[in-house]
Amino acid sequence: MLRYVFRRLLTAIPTLFVIVTISFFLIRVAPGGPFNQEKGLNPVIKANLDRQFGLDEPLWMQYLNYLNNLLHGDFGPSYNLPDFTVKELFEVGLPVSIQIGASALILALVIGSALGIIAALRQNKGADYAVIATATAGSTVPTFVIAPVYQLIFATTLALVPVAGWAGGAFANKIGPIVTLALPQIAIVARLMRGSMIEALRSHHIRTARALGLSDWSIIIKHALRGALLPIVSYSGPAAAALLTGSIIVESIFAIPGVGRYFVEAALNRDYTLVMGTVVVIAIFTIVFNLIVDILYAVVDPRVRYD
Amino acid sequence: MAGNETILSVENLKIRFRTLDGIVDAVKGINMHVKAGETVAVVGESGSGKSQTMMAAMRLLASNGEAAGTIDYRGANLLNLSKSELNEIRGRKVTMIFQEPMTSLDPLYTIGNQLMEPIMRHRRIGREAARQEAIKMLKLVRIPEPERRMKSYPYEMSGGQRQRVMIAMAIANDPDLLIADEPTTALDVTIQAEILNLMADLRKRLGMSMIFITHDLNIVRRIADRVYVMRLGEVVEEGDTRTIFSQPQHPYTKALLAAEPSGHKEPVPKSAPTVLAGTDMRVTFKIGGGFLAGDPVYLKAVDRVSVTLKRGQTIGIVGESGSGKSTLARALLKLLPSEGAIQFDGRSIEKFDPAQMRPLRKQLQIVFQDPFGSLSPRLTAGQIVTEGLLVHDPSISGKERDRRAALAFSEVGLDPANRNRYPHEFSGGQRQRIAIARAIILKPKVVVLDEPTSALDRQVQKQIVELLRDLQKANNLSYLFISHDLAVVRAMADHIMVMKDGRMVEQGSPEQIFDHPHEDYTKRLMAAAFVDHAEAKV
Repeated sequence: MLRYVFRRLLTAIPTLFVIVTISFFLIRVAPGGPFNQEKGLNPVIKANLDRQFGLDEPLWMQYLNYLNNLLHGDFGPSYNLPDFTVKELFEVGLPVSIQIGASALILALVIGSALGIIAALRQNKGADYAVIATATAGSTVPTFVIAPVYQLIFATTLALVPVAGWAGGAFANKIGPIVTLALPQIAIVARLMRGSMIEALRSHHIRTARALGLSDWSIIIKHALRGALLPIVSYSGPAAAALLTGSIIVESIFAIPGVGRYFVEAALNRDYTLVMGTVVVIAIFTIVFNLIVDILYAVVDPRVRYD
Repeated sequence: MAGNETILSVENLKIRFRTLDGIVDAVKGINMHVKAGETVAVVGESGSGKSQTMMAAMRLLASNGEAAGTIDYRGANLLNLSKSELNEIRGRKVTMIFQEPMTSLDPLYTIGNQLMEPIMRHRRIGREAARQEAIKMLKLVRIPEPERRMKSYPYEMSGGQRQRVMIAMAIANDPDLLIADEPTTALDVTIQAEILNLMADLRKRLGMSMIFITHDLNIVRRIADRVYVMRLGEVVEEGDTRTIFSQPQHPYTKALLAAEPSGHKEPVPKSAPTVLAGTDMRVTFKIGGGFLAGDPVYLKAVDRVSVTLKRGQTIGIVGESGSGKSTLARALLKLLPSEGAIQFDGRSIEKFDPAQMRPLRKQLQIVFQDPFGSLSPRLTAGQIVTEGLLVHDPSISGKERDRRAALAFSEVGLDPANRNRYPHEFSGGQRQRIAIARAIILKPKVVVLDEPTSALDRQVQKQIVELLRDLQKANNLSYLFISHDLAVVRAMADHIMVMKDGRMVEQGSPEQIFDHPHEDYTKRLMAAAFVDHAEAKV
């Protein structure tokens, strides 16, 4: 297994390299640059800025420089937030996004799975229809609707929580963003779990367990649930990568200093280094969580062997 | 051997299923009983309700099914017991094993874990005691190295071993009655014989009763004291085994008995031309390997086998699963990469690429085992049958194609009027006829028949065998007939090859192979398949 993990981490290096290369040139294809503004900058000042950030050098030179810096852990300065380096921005924002994202993910997995199991056990009965109806509604209502409605009810009308802001990470400020992120995920997980649990309950070895007179608890939790977990496990990987790297909508509506907004803002501002930083961070998260999923797979299912 | 005490009695049992097409009566008021120590066989074809009767007794009917009547086990009506009362009997006094040994065990837990669970539950003993008990059970079902096997997962065991483990789980709590639903159908014939012997032996040793659900009359003869014959949800005949076999009363029972494949094929003249020949055929599969993954393992699926198929000849290839019989046939048709020389119609084709092979494909056809999976569900039967013509004879008109489809339909004994229906509207036997029509419409010289009758009931099997014989005669076809069912092979082939582990063990005429086998393996195979019922009856 260790050998497998090592091999996967090794293959991540060329993957990252390809991602970095493609994104580097792709963002340069977009017209404009970090210092093109609507008003138009004094050409002398712009030339100075370009020189200062090395943007006057040929593209391939800039690319090699960027790679070299990246290898030394230097993501470069942000062009639009000149007081910060990209690294500093992530050091501040990433923990915020991870806190919110991880809480939402855990909430989604626990509540979603529980709802899914209940629905599967009551297949085609009231509880099942209720879960499915709610889940369908949950996954169709977008976060930019959930968030303002939450603010309207719980912050403005009932005044139980603040409308927005981070307040140094106060608990009351986190509820809104976490719930908003979690709700659609709960819906997705519940539907996934229901489907795979129904299939697991129909399998032959469950029939065997019943024929042997085993208890319902053992049949459902020990024999059905473990197999039914596999689709949830594979969904959690990409979901974790997406949730933990922040959401622009939730972060904007609740005014949270996470990193989700950088992805869009940086691209719009042609903040090349920040775009690249975001890409690298998301790529690393995706690679790592997919690896974790594959390891979990082997833990849940003894038939999965990587060596 | 059988006592007089009735332990299970089924009275006026009715089972119905609510389906999208309305209510289906699967079992229509049947009566049955089992005495202590007795082995009862329930025989019938698929859909006769034999399995559902037993599923009802175990309260394992699908959620859309309901049972009425009584199933009485020692004074308790199993149909009315509360779940906790039921689970005192289920798995302890009355147990069941199933047809699917590959999927009936939980893939995610070790054999030991699964074996210990019902022991601990029903006997209320601790882990260590249950472990010892479980090892004892594995010994009893003759699993080698039981202590090591406790730590194995189901996927690490063969089908036969898994069925042994299933049996061990079922008998671990010393039950009164073991219900076995086609427990050997999915197994190779030598394994089948071993499992049957084991079950008969255990039944005697433990003094339990057994209900054996099967469609295989050979097994009934070998194992049962008494027989119930079921058809369309009713018991049409019952009696002791000897009487049923010697003096069947009901026409259906007679038909069932007559459905054993019979007849034999005349050998082709020595002068018959060779159509397809493979010399020194080898097929090797590479397993594993890749970037940093260590060295791959090579598996010799076919190891230096030579075949010569003459015009009008049927070569039967027999052997157990994994013996390489299908792989050999596919390699000969160049559907798999292989080494060795292949001659078709006097031309060496081993170096042909797919484009060169294409014009030859129409003369080299194949019919697969699975009549459900091998027909596209989105095409009509007529489209399926004529699809090959689109490739090999694109110039013919739609009207002409349809005419040929109708012709092919009547050739294989299907009503041409049904050619616009979809595969799911046909029965298993009819689907296999469609698959055969699809092969012969191209006027092939060689047809590979890969277990074409294995998924079918005996009676249907017999009809397909007869159809294949007639088609061969009419078109002078050559068949490569792959099967693990020796009775069918004996009826079809004029030359037989026995394969084991990728090698050819023995070949010769049917008389030679069936009546005077030389090799030990062939002898074992024959002994397992055709036991004389008088001496095998236990």
